[in-house]
Amino acid sequence: MQNIRKQYPGVLALSDVNFDLRAGEVHCLLGENGAGKSTLMKVLSGAIKKDSGVILIDGNEVDFHSPADSQKAGIGMIYQDFKLVPELSVAENILLGNEPTKGKSPFVDYKKMNDIARASLAQLGEEISPTAIISSLSVAKRQIVEIAKALSKKVRIIAMDEPSAALTENELKNLFAVIKKLKQDGVGIIYISHRLEEIFEIGDRLTVLRDGKFIHSCNVAESDRRSLVGWMVGRELEQEYPKIELKRGEEILRIENLNAGILKDINLNVYRGEILGFSGLVGAGRSELARIIFGADRKESGSIYLEGKEIYPKSPREAIDLGIGLLTEDRNKYGLIMQMNVRENISLSNLHDVVKGLFINRSKENSVADKFTNDLRIKTPSIEQEVKNLSGGNRQKVVLARWLFTKSKLLIFDEPTVGIDVGVKYEIYNLINQLAKDGIGVIVISSDLPELLGISDRVAVMCEGKLTGVLSRSEATQEKIMTLATGGNLETAHG
Amino acid sequence: MVEQLPRSKKIKTIIGEFGITIALLAEIALFSSLSPYFFTADNILNVTLQTSITAIIAAGMTFVIITAGIDLSVGAMVAFSGVIATSVLKLDLPFSISFPLALLAGLAVGIFSGSLAGLFVTRFNITPFIVTLSLMTIWRGSSYMYTDGRPIWGFPEEFSFLGSGRVFGIPIPTIIMICVYIVAYTILKHTKFGRYVYAVGGNKEAARLAGINVNRTLLSVYIISGVLSAISGILLASRMNSGQPNAGLMYEMDVIAAVVVGSTSLFGGRGTIVGTFLGAMLIGILRNGLNLLNVGSYVQMVVLGVVILFAVLLDQMRMK
Ligand SMILES: Nc1ncnc2c1ncn2[C@@H]1O[C@H](COP(=O)(O)OP(=O)(O)OP(=O)(O)O)[C@@H](O)[C@H]1O
Ligand SMILES: [Mg+2]
Repeated sequence: MQNIRKQYPGVLALSDVNFDLRAGEVHCLLGENGAGKSTLMKVLSGAIKKDSGVILIDGNEVDFHSPADSQKAGIGMIYQDFKLVPELSVAENILLGNEPTKGKSPFVDYKKMNDIARASLAQLGEEISPTAIISSLSVAKRQIVEIAKALSKKVRIIAMDEPSAALTENELKNLFAVIKKLKQDGVGIIYISHRLEEIFEIGDRLTVLRDGKFIHSCNVAESDRRSLVGWMVGRELEQEYPKIELKRGEEILRIENLNAGILKDINLNVYRGEILGFSGLVGAGRSELARIIFGADRKESGSIYLEGKEIYPKSPREAIDLGIGLLTEDRNKYGLIMQMNVRENISLSNLHDVVKGLFINRSKENSVADKFTNDLRIKTPSIEQEVKNLSGGNRQKVVLARWLFTKSKLLIFDEPTVGIDVGVKYEIYNLINQLAKDGIGVIVISSDLPELLGISDRVAVMCEGKLTGVLSRSEATQEKIMTLATGGNLETAHG
Repeated sequence: MVEQLPRSKKIKTIIGEFGITIALLAEIALFSSLSPYFFTADNILNVTLQTSITAIIAAGMTFVIITAGIDLSVGAMVAFSGVIATSVLKLDLPFSISFPLALLAGLAVGIFSGSLAGLFVTRFNITPFIVTLSLMTIWRGSSYMYTDGRPIWGFPEEFSFLGSGRVFGIPIPTIIMICVYIVAYTILKHTKFGRYVYAVGGNKEAARLAGINVNRTLLSVYIISGVLSAISGILLASRMNSGQPNAGLMYEMDVIAAVVVGSTSLFGGRGTIVGTFLGAMLIGILRNGLNLLNVGSYVQMVVLGVVILFAVLLDQMRMK
């Protein structure tokens, strides 16, 4: 790809970017949120039109007008925002546009279709039923389907835009195994991720973009974490996890014998001024627990106490009024109103605070939106930009801003740093620290273990709906957490 | 990062942004050149009077469509509220009592219908299309049953003032329409509720998780639509000086056309009151102009369809 340029209204997303990929290599594409990584990939797949520049494959210029064109040329793509049809089954999605038919008849051969789907899921070590409907699956499962979909076709080049964002360790291992196999088959792989340790594990070469410009390209072996961060952010970052000493206050949340769906007999305390990390594999029930505390789902039995008083939140509104906030996973489906702009999305849960009499006070609302856009460094031409035009990470920051603005007593963050670049992650950790310091109870659910260990005062671990252990900061290690998360017993494992 | 747009894109954006306004101005210019009477104060007031009935309903429909819903029952509601109100006028009561009673009865019917629609859409989770389609035939049928298929008339003359009277030369329906649009604009643009309407239409589940009472918002928009249809029904009955069970036939089509031409998205989450007003005027002026030029009603239907298609096409340019 040479001199690729793409202009959006008000934003120059790519300015004369060069990128090359060799057969059988993993080329990592790095950069801050809004750097233009996804845009570059969409240009490659023909999903969007470039303004200028050329794309060469095997030295021949190609010009794709649609993703269908690029697919024919052997380019597979895993998009950052899933492109799955929610109402269709897993198998129907994986084989969308490539449905096997019975002989030469026009009828779809569902048995064959399910078999193919099962096989490509099995490569990823997953046992998702091919007949399950997409909308019933968790984000992680959907991500896996998205990957399986790209793998079900014969590809020479495959671009993965943050495939690991929603995955936990185990699934990530499987993904890497698949990538290694693809490499041996001579497939060229473009890999985008904000988790730097992955780059060192799987990458051969890397290219860094910043503000739509090409910054640096080299072999992964010739770089280290520090230099990477430097190229991405344009300045040095001292440490990744700022941790401050916090003074644990009185209890803010207590859960007793809670049962609901897969959740079995949960007992838990959360204190003011502490950061409680939540670890577990996908499907362990962490998000389910969060949704129940937040009133989005109902519990079957058990009690929840906020500041010692039993509460019965029946809707998110009631929970918010009680002082509980939840940053949901899957910002696109459960977080943002895509047609609304940045300002409206930030103030949505707390319009109360920007209303004067009957009416919304625009200047107040503007100043709130401006403040958060600056604090979180949300990259947008203005607060009037519709969030659907923001890059993935910047969208996440918008939802984050919404919850920071609600001024809750208890904030639950479900995967708060998914898809966020290192520089901003650091700022988010600072913000979370500050919240805890101000006496707010903070729960952080994260599949990123180093992150959890880096920021939590205690780490709670769940496995298949049960709370298997709570470790203090000094006790917690990756191994112990993994043991608890897979249902193992610490005593036997270490005794 | 922020750069000037290329010139061609800029022009495209402008056409898109002011698409309806441009179409409206073109239309006015065209008819003014073809008919000397068209651009006179008299005729302009006449157009606003003729359009007011559907325009008032369209304001309510805008709320509904922004939530990704639809209200097909509006035309039937015009008839039903009209016959109910006029039948109250026929009671053996002094006009000073029967008049407010008639208004209340008409509006109550609108509130009731809207609540019913809202209830079925929220509690029983039935799609708005089906719910309001059923209500449409229910109210139409009820109007015929209630009147035995005959118009209601022979009530005090004074009632016709509402639909045919003028204040400072401006028709009362026009004044009511302007008031409705000012209030609707303010609600949609400047209140919490208005913001919630957009949020629910944009992403229902995300709106719920952001703490919005989705059911209450949906219930409210159907009530708004019901009430505005009832107001139109009363105005129309007053203008015709009778309660007609077949009044407002096919109004839902004109109303939805006005809203869509005004660039509100049928998928929800987008739309403006100003757009709807311009859309309603575009269609109203077209009707008026074609009438002045003595174009037959069959041809009018075809022209109207073509204009709606092009207006929406123009709007698409903005999205691209
Ligand atoms: N449809 C669009 N309209 C306007 N601007 C857009 C549109 N899509 C992307 N942009 C802008 O282009 C820039 C690059 O976006 P892109 O999605 O490529 O970033 P990214 O590097 O993938 O970031 P992230 O790590 O957050 O996913 C951003 O500033 C974004 O706001
Ligand atoms: Mg991206």
